[in-house]
Amino acid sequence: MSNTKHFVAPVEDTPLRATDSLRTDQAPLSLWADAWRKLRRRPMFIISSLMILFLLFVAFFPGVFTGVDPNNNCQLSNSEAGPTAGHPFGFTLQGCDVYARVIHGTQASLSVGVLSVLCVLVIGVTLGALAGYYGGWLDAVLARLGDIFFALPLVLGALVITQLPLFRENKSVWTVVFVISMLAWPQMARITRGAVIEVRNADFVTAARSLGVSRFGALVRHVLPNALAPVIVLATLELGVFIVAEATLSFLGIGLPTSVMSWGNDISAANASIRTNPSILLYPAGALSITVLSFIMLGDAVRDALDPKSRQR
Amino acid sequence: MSTVKIEETPVQDRPILEIKDLAITFTTGAGEFKAVKNAHLSIMPGETVAIVGESGSGKSTTALAAIGLLPGNGRVTGGQILLDGEDIAHASEKRMIELRGSHIGMVPQDPMSNLNPVWKIGYQVRETLKANGRPDGPDDVARVLAEAGLPDARRRARQYPHEFSGGMRQRALIAIGLSCAPKLLIADEPTSALDVTVQRRILDHLDKMTTELGTSVLLITHDLGLAAERADKVVVMYQGNVVEAGPSLDLLRDPQHPYTRRLVESAPSLASRRIQSAKEQGIEAGDLLAPAATGRGRDDVLQVRNLRKVYKLRQGLGQSTDFAAVDDVSFSVKRGTTTAIVGESGSGKSTVAKMVLQLESPTEGQIIFDGVDTAGLKGKELFTFRRRVQPIFQDPYGSLDPMYNIYRTIEEPLRIHKIGDAASREKKVRELLDQVALPQGTMQRYPNELSGGQRQRVAIARALALDPEVIICDEAVSALDVLVQAQVLNLLTELQSELGLTYLFITHDLAVVRQIADHVCVMEKGKLVETGTTDDVFDAPQQDYTRALLNAIPGASLLLPPAVA
Repeated sequence: MSNTKHFVAPVEDTPLRATDSLRTDQAPLSLWADAWRKLRRRPMFIISSLMILFLLFVAFFPGVFTGVDPNNNCQLSNSEAGPTAGHPFGFTLQGCDVYARVIHGTQASLSVGVLSVLCVLVIGVTLGALAGYYGGWLDAVLARLGDIFFALPLVLGALVITQLPLFRENKSVWTVVFVISMLAWPQMARITRGAVIEVRNADFVTAARSLGVSRFGALVRHVLPNALAPVIVLATLELGVFIVAEATLSFLGIGLPTSVMSWGNDISAANASIRTNPSILLYPAGALSITVLSFIMLGDAVRDALDPKSRQR
Repeated sequence: MSTVKIEETPVQDRPILEIKDLAITFTTGAGEFKAVKNAHLSIMPGETVAIVGESGSGKSTTALAAIGLLPGNGRVTGGQILLDGEDIAHASEKRMIELRGSHIGMVPQDPMSNLNPVWKIGYQVRETLKANGRPDGPDDVARVLAEAGLPDARRRARQYPHEFSGGMRQRALIAIGLSCAPKLLIADEPTSALDVTVQRRILDHLDKMTTELGTSVLLITHDLGLAAERADKVVVMYQGNVVEAGPSLDLLRDPQHPYTRRLVESAPSLASRRIQSAKEQGIEAGDLLAPAATGRGRDDVLQVRNLRKVYKLRQGLGQSTDFAAVDDVSFSVKRGTTTAIVGESGSGKSTVAKMVLQLESPTEGQIIFDGVDTAGLKGKELFTFRRRVQPIFQDPYGSLDPMYNIYRTIEEPLRIHKIGDAASREKKVRELLDQVALPQGTMQRYPNELSGGQRQRVAIARALALDPEVIICDEAVSALDVLVQAQVLNLLTELQSELGLTYLFITHDLAVVRQIADHVCVMEKGKLVETGTTDDVFDAPQQDYTRALLNAIPGASLLLPPAVA
């Protein structure tokens, strides 16, 4: 039996590598390069980013897609009329071209989404990072402050804020952005805080500190960049959510002024003709769904690509 | 000792477990990967066989295949696994469930994560008994736990895992693994997460239990010394292949395969003297005794006096008790030498390191660096101090910023201390990479592309960037494979003789101390129990605790030919 036999494998079967040799046959990979390599092979990412690029193009150059002036061409004689040549989606109750309104509404919806996300990022990441990194009383104060805003439901909070005299008089894209950012930053702050707390005790932060990097410097140089992945994921997901929020507020009449064309306003206006001609509601709602879906798909794809568990060691 | 166990149990003809030409393939996103290529081993009834190998050698995969618990993307693509004559390589899940527990038991690696934190220990033991149709009353549970060496088992069974220490958890896991008296127990690194003295007690007890039950043991370990001490036979695996197998002492004394030879040479637990740099090896012994010539031991670069660190432990509302993590510790470190602080977890050794690095402030006592008390250092002085004292941390996966490429990582200290311009900094980074024997192509890489040993060398290069005088190594080699560990220790020794560095080496591993340190401080529960030169402490330990630590080094008592030792 092999019990006492001393087996030795032939050396050529398992040639010895130099201990700890370095792979040099691959291009260097940073976190972002690695994520990009994974992303560009994902159909979900490709489709959603093409969609978003297209939407951005529509938002910046609506004139390319429609020559019809959406506001000044409304004739009541066309009220709720079906599609005709040059007006593929038909007309609203007021006799305005639905297609032109959907195209021109893209800009308001997208700018509310993008601007709100930027504001939320600035407020949320700053406060969350400071709270998570320094902890102590600062953390307690900021956490309670966030809780106050967190406890306000969006619609209720928006109602209150928009009825303040300052906002009642000057409704614009900016007031909606302000309302959304005021009510949405705590979630971003919480995510950032969690990510920062996870990173702040990492050895590489201690190492940087003992190299002489200041405490704040370590936060900016080492902690934040490493805590950013979940923040970016949340930001892409929230973009979709904020576009919906704008539509919700506009639908309720506390969002964009009716003079600004937006999908939310159109959905709200279409409410009146939902029984007689539901297609008027369908087109702006469809555009909204596709946009939100694109951003959420993008967020999902980015989250998968940045997932630390799928990173090679 | 278990090395004579073959004679104690009747040797039957048929092995309890026989693995023949086993091949295991993993399907990953990057394609097929053969984790195990040509594994074979056999375990006779009552015998202990150890598989030794570095991480990624396929040793755990082989064992998991034997119990049918390969991860979802892995499958057996060739060969046989014969359990008591029955081929179970492709057995149905139903059959495997019958076999697990009653025929094959398992003690997993990490006692901290392998007990379910929401269930009481007793419940988790009962679960195993029940699944295998054994009596599962409270008495049976208590008996099983008591057999695994848990005192007061009845009460312990009602506790949750978090109320147990690491050693007790591992005993509970052993209790679960052996509760149904399996014929074969697979122990996957059963003690690598535990302190050495605990490790020794656990392994002794495991030996005793398996001998009583006549259970065969398949022990998986990275530690050749431990394998040789505990097992009758050792199987060495390398890159998915079995490269050598044989009776443990034969294999250790007369390794045939070049890989085994390398492993035996680097195993720290088997080495018995300090690594010497190439330069020192060339110097006559007489010259070494004249420290002035080399600058070694000229003065005390670091003095620690009556150091104390007290933490307040919160106990409910507004109450707190004082806990002295470090209690009245004094030692001094001579320039150009290596002083090791040894202790088990909770001995306060890392807290000392943090205080020396000025990352924690001492409650009492002084740390004097180059004649200056560091307590008063602020702003600019502290900045300069940081330049002269640098750390190397334990976890090479955690100590490098994953967002920085290697060039930026090593350049950062230079940039922060405003040394040189871009061109001269790049030159310096190249020099540093040369010093730690990494190719210059490494500069553009990111930490996740490097292995543990390479990362640790990058960390060393970063620590050297500011030409420090003292380097604090906090468990700097504990996370590395044996061969890589030997390589890094050699590198540190070479650098010391080249640059006249002083090391303060914090470790739990006495075997490593023997290889690198000139002086040793042994710590226990925050107190310094023994100090002395390495030779004195190893040859004539004064304290019981030190003796216990020394005896617990696996393989220390094995007799080796002088050529290897």
